[in-house]
Amino acid sequence: MVEVREVSKQYGNKSVVDNVSVKIEKGKITSFIGPNGAGKSTLLSMVSRLITKDTGEILIDNEEVGQCKSNDLAKKISILKQSNHINIRLTIKELVCFGRFPYSQGNLSEEDWKHVNEAITYMELEDIQDKYLDQLSGGQRQRAYIAMVIAQNTEYILLDEPLNNLDMKHSVQIMKVLRRLVDELGKTIIIVIHDINFASCYSDYIVALKDGKVVKEGPTDEIINSSILKDIYDMDIKIENINENKICVYFS
Amino acid sequence: MKHNAKIGALAAFSVLLIAIFLFIKVGNNWDYVLPRRGLKVLAIVITGSAIAFSTVVFQTITNNRILTPSIMGLDSLYMLIQTFVIFIFGSTNLTVANKNINFVICVGLMVLFSGVLYKVLFKREGQNIYFLLLMGLILGTLFQSLSTFMQVLIDPNEFQIVQDKMFASFNNVNTDLLLIAIIAILGIAIYFSRFIKYLDVLSLGRDQAINLGVDYDYVVKRLLIVIAIFVSISTALVGPITFLGLLVVNVAHEFLKTYQHKYLIFGSVFISIIALVGGQLIVERVFTFSTTLSVIINFIGGVYFIYLLLRERKSW
Repeated sequence: MVEVREVSKQYGNKSVVDNVSVKIEKGKITSFIGPNGAGKSTLLSMVSRLITKDTGEILIDNEEVGQCKSNDLAKKISILKQSNHINIRLTIKELVCFGRFPYSQGNLSEEDWKHVNEAITYMELEDIQDKYLDQLSGGQRQRAYIAMVIAQNTEYILLDEPLNNLDMKHSVQIMKVLRRLVDELGKTIIIVIHDINFASCYSDYIVALKDGKVVKEGPTDEIINSSILKDIYDMDIKIENINENKICVYFS
Repeated sequence: MKHNAKIGALAAFSVLLIAIFLFIKVGNNWDYVLPRRGLKVLAIVITGSAIAFSTVVFQTITNNRILTPSIMGLDSLYMLIQTFVIFIFGSTNLTVANKNINFVICVGLMVLFSGVLYKVLFKREGQNIYFLLLMGLILGTLFQSLSTFMQVLIDPNEFQIVQDKMFASFNNVNTDLLLIAIIAILGIAIYFSRFIKYLDVLSLGRDQAINLGVDYDYVVKRLLIVIAIFVSISTALVGPITFLGLLVVNVAHEFLKTYQHKYLIFGSVFISIIALVGGQLIVERVFTFSTTLSVIINFIGGVYFIYLLLRERKSW
């Protein structure tokens, strides 16, 4: 379980994350939603130790993130940021191999190779595994990065806007993979997501942030509700039931 | 395997060049010529390796292929120290004339400078590495201006001596210093060897490196200190020569086409030795000492740098 207790973060005088406390259950997809600048990405980065918190505690399986050894944490929690610009030229396979670094420290064992190949198969990248990342389309590249995260084989997977810049087909593909990772492999996934309908269709639990504070949290069914969404986004959002999914209509 | 073969070829070519350098026109005075040339080659190998190595690591840390450690202002600091000592004490003073003392003072001050710079910048956590570079660049410019200021004030004859130090030269390397430098560099290389596995991961950038379990701040801080010491030693030994690093590391990238540092480091080191020994051969045999090595290196490096910039622009 990931437990965030009264965490705050300030940039200069501006409070980006303000006294936030949330608990994230194991074996579920939890979505962080909210308007731009709500502090979602900052919170995710703090949980994954990419940036440090000013005050508060973040516990992963009852251990404080700041106290853990970095390499041990890398076997427990992985993060994928929204922009992954890499300066060096890598093939998909080489990238996925990097995911094994916490275990192999650079020398891949047979066990490591097994995980690498499984991750590539899982993301259906076998055909293009020797292609360079800069030759791929946005969707393929995102799948390659997710394959790397799968090879890292951590219990917790944190994704910052994994659907950024993807078309509908690839977005659905990625979300289905995430769902399978939770249902089949028992992973715990936390995503920051802007498309509220993807959050509604694929996540189990939703945490809504606004101005650095948690405005609402609860099971998906509870949160996808016109009056609650109005609190979060300050706009009227109609909700329709289509094929047992709650779809938010906010386009006009 | 392919990479190993390329590294092997580079190594063989370096050895060949060194052999030519040692034995060309030896005549009958082996006892006189060989030790002298041997020392020169040793100095070249040591400084070449140190510069190539620190540039590879520096570019990895900064994730930027057109930077060299000289951006941190160490070269300018070296020139400032040299100018300052001559400005205050004059060129005939013993401190200036004694190369050992000069070497120790230079290395000491340069390492101290980097140490203070890192200390100040890393005290506040979360500081961007580019902020460090910016500070280095600004301080480097300041040092340069101060040097120029003193250079215009001193006696023209004294200026000749300062000017002599502005260009890297292997023509009169001190034996004692060489020994100290070799011991220091080998010692640090051994200390450094436990960080070598992190380099590949660091080239993915800070966020990925942390995600993959690298204690980023700890590792980067130590690597930067190693770089500062290597650059200081080689600069104090032969003069400002960091520009060479840019050239050889990029040639190594083009030649090896890999991201793996175990190849890149060795490749750069050998290319650096080839460039220096080859350049020194040209200086001695073609130009008969009418120019210095760093002039040739800077000329070729400059042309290559412009080529790099033009090519980068095209690929956008």
